[in-house]
Amino acid sequence: MTADKVQYRPSDEVDFVIIGSGAAGGILAKELSTNGFRVVVLEQGPYLTESDFSHDEIKVLQEDLLTNHPKLQPNTFRKTPDEKAKPQRALVYGRAVGGTSNHFTANFWRFHEIDFVERSKVGVIPGTTFSDWPFTYADLEPYYTKVEWEVGVSGLAGASPFDPPRSKPYPMPPLPTKSNGVLFERAARKLGLNPFPAPMAILSQPRAGRSACVNCGFCLAFGCEVKAKSSSLASMIPLAEKTGRCEIRPNSYVHKIEVDSHGRAVGAVYFDAKKNVHLQKAKAVIVSANGAETPRLLLLSASKQFPDGLANSSGYVGKNLMLNSGGISLGVFDEQLNDYKGFAVSRILHDFYELDAQKVGFYGGGGLDARFDMTPINFAAGGGLPPDAPRWGKKFKDTIAHNFTRTVEIFSHGTSLPLENNSFSLDPDLKDAWGLPALRMTYKDHPDDLKLARWLNQYGLQILDAAGAKQKWTYPIDEQQFAVHLLGTCRLGSDPKTSVINADHRTHDVKNLFLCDGSSFVTSGRGQPTMTIEALAFRAADRITALAKRGDLNA
Amino acid sequence: MEAIASRIIPSDETPGAKEAGVVYFIDRALVTFATDAQKVYREGLPGVQAQAQELFPGVKKFSVATTEQQDAILDSLSQSKAKTASSRRNRPNIAAQPFFETVRYHTIAGFLIDPDSDRRGNRDGVGWKVIGRDSGHVFQPPFGALDKDYPGWQPASAEKK
Repeated sequence: MTADKVQYRPSDEVDFVIIGSGAAGGILAKELSTNGFRVVVLEQGPYLTESDFSHDEIKVLQEDLLTNHPKLQPNTFRKTPDEKAKPQRALVYGRAVGGTSNHFTANFWRFHEIDFVERSKVGVIPGTTFSDWPFTYADLEPYYTKVEWEVGVSGLAGASPFDPPRSKPYPMPPLPTKSNGVLFERAARKLGLNPFPAPMAILSQPRAGRSACVNCGFCLAFGCEVKAKSSSLASMIPLAEKTGRCEIRPNSYVHKIEVDSHGRAVGAVYFDAKKNVHLQKAKAVIVSANGAETPRLLLLSASKQFPDGLANSSGYVGKNLMLNSGGISLGVFDEQLNDYKGFAVSRILHDFYELDAQKVGFYGGGGLDARFDMTPINFAAGGGLPPDAPRWGKKFKDTIAHNFTRTVEIFSHGTSLPLENNSFSLDPDLKDAWGLPALRMTYKDHPDDLKLARWLNQYGLQILDAAGAKQKWTYPIDEQQFAVHLLGTCRLGSDPKTSVINADHRTHDVKNLFLCDGSSFVTSGRGQPTMTIEALAFRAADRITALAKRGDLNA
Repeated sequence: MEAIASRIIPSDETPGAKEAGVVYFIDRALVTFATDAQKVYREGLPGVQAQAQELFPGVKKFSVATTEQQDAILDSLSQSKAKTASSRRNRPNIAAQPFFETVRYHTIAGFLIDPDSDRRGNRDGVGWKVIGRDSGHVFQPPFGALDKDYPGWQPASAEKK
C-alpha cells in the first residue's frame, strides 16, 4: 500500500490543495481524487493510525494525543468585544489525520427541513444575524444519504415521526440497545414522547473491510482501534489514497494562502515538522480546517490587497460563531446498568425539535439523548458524581463503587442564535509556538439559548423521574466558555455583504478559493453538526467538480 | 505520599490506593505528564506536615498520625474546591490547582487508569474491580440489567396494542 502512495513536490501545481483532513476535508479529498483530480491534503497534526490509539485517559485527555494542545496553540477568551481576552483553554478540535471525526461521539442526526428556512418561518429576531440557508433540505438530502452509505451510519428509518423525508433506508440496523436506552425509552413513552434508536456513525455490522463496534467503552474523545467509528481516517482517507492521485501530508501547518496580483489563490504556505516553510502550489484552494482555524487562516492571510483578511469583504470572517446550547442531567438507579460498555448513545427523541416560541417564551428547539460517555477517571474525579457526594475517603470510594455502573446522563442539545459579536479573531498579544497570532474566542450566549437549555434540562430530569432514578441532579447551565462545535464563522449565503461563501462554497471574493466545514453553517441546527458538515462536503465536491470541468476555476 | 493517597482511597474490604500502586503512578506522573505539578508537591508536602503539627501538637509527621487525625488534616486542606467549568468535565484543568486537589486527581487517576497502559497505576486492575468495570476492552451485549430482556424497539402504536 505504501508503495503506491503518490507524493507531489510543493512546486508541482496540483489541481486542489485541501487544508484539513477531518470530517469535510477527508470527504473532499476522496471525492475530488476519485473524480480524477490531483489533490494534496495538508494536515497540521500527525498521521496516527489505529495502532497509535489508546485507552490511556491521561494520554488522550491530558496530553492531547488527538487534539490541539494548549501549550503549542494557546488561545484567549472573553465574553464581549469590550473586554480584554485572557488566556484560557476555550476550544478542543482534532489535530491529526482524520481531525475531529477521530474522537466524536458519532451522533449523526440529519438536520430537518426547518433548519434551512427557519428565519422565514420565525421572522426577524432582533440583535441577531438569523438567516435562511441558500439551499434547502431537499437539496442536501441525497448527500445525507451518501454520508450514511459511504461513511457508514447505523440507524432505523421511519422510527421517528419527526424525521425529514429520506430517499433510502440506513445501510445498517441500529447499534445494540443499552440499559440507559431501555429506561429512557420506557420513561419517555410514559410521558407521551417518541423515543427512537439513535442514528450513529458507528458500524453495527462489518462493512468495507472495517469491523463492527466491539463495545470497548472508550468512545467519546477516543480514537477507534477497530475502525468501527466512521471517522474520515477509517472511511475516506484510505479511498482517497487508493486513487493514486491524493497525497495526505501530515505535520503541515498552513499559515497563509498565497494570492497573486490578480487576486487569485496560488497555493498554501505551511510549516513542515521542522518549521521549514513551503508553498504548495495548486489551481484551487479548499479550506476545511474547522470553524476556528478556517477563519483564523483567512485573517492570517491579510495582505495589502486584502487588508481585513482574505475573502473578508463582508467583514463576516470569524463572526456569527455558534456552539449549540445544551445541558446535562444525571440520575443514579438501583439496577446495575453497565452502560460503560459500548458506544455512548442508543436512544434519542426529537419531540422538542421545533418549540412554539409563543408558548415557551423563547426561540429554539432541540433533542435529548440518554448516554453514559464517561471513562473511569473522569467519572470519579468529578464529572459523574452528585454535587453533594463526598470527594475523598471511604464514603467517596463507596460512592464510585456503587454509582459507576448505575449512572445515566440525559444530554440536551439545541439551537444557538448567530450573533455578530460571537467570534474567532486573532489575539493582538498571544502567539502560538510558531510565533503566529493565537485564536481569540469571544462568546456570550443569547438569552434564548440559555432559556432553551434550562427548559430541555428540566425535561431531562422529568425523564429520569419517570424512569425511577433514586437520585438526580443537573449541571448548572452557565454562559458557555468552552467550545467543541465550531459553527457559522464563514457562513454560506447569496448576498456577498452578509456571507463569506456562496452556495457552491466558493468565497465571494476569491474565485478559486473554497471553504467547507462547520464554518459554512448559517444556523446551528439542534446539535450534532458533523452529519451536516459531511453532507455539505459531499455536495461541495459535486459543485466544485462541475465548476472545474467546465473550466470555471481558471476564469 | 502513600499515607495521603490511602486516606483519599482507603483500603478496606476491597483494595485501595495502596494496593493499586498509586504512589508509583505519582512518581512516574511527576516526570512525565505532570512535571508542572512538581512544584505543587514540593511546596505542598511541608504544608501538610505543618498542618499536622498545628492541629495535633506532638504529631511530627502526617504518616505517624492516626487515621482519624489524618482525615482531619486532609479535611482542613480540602476546603478550597477545585473550580472546573461543567462543560469541561472531560478535560478538567489539572494544572495550577492547590496541593490537595492535585494529589486527589493523581490518586484517582492512579487508581482508575487503564491497567494496560504504561502509567504504572491500577495495578492488577484492582481499581476497575472496585468500581465494577469488567476488565478487558471487548464486550458483547447484553450489557446490563435492563437490556438483558429487552424485546427490541417497537413503534409506539404497536406497544399500546
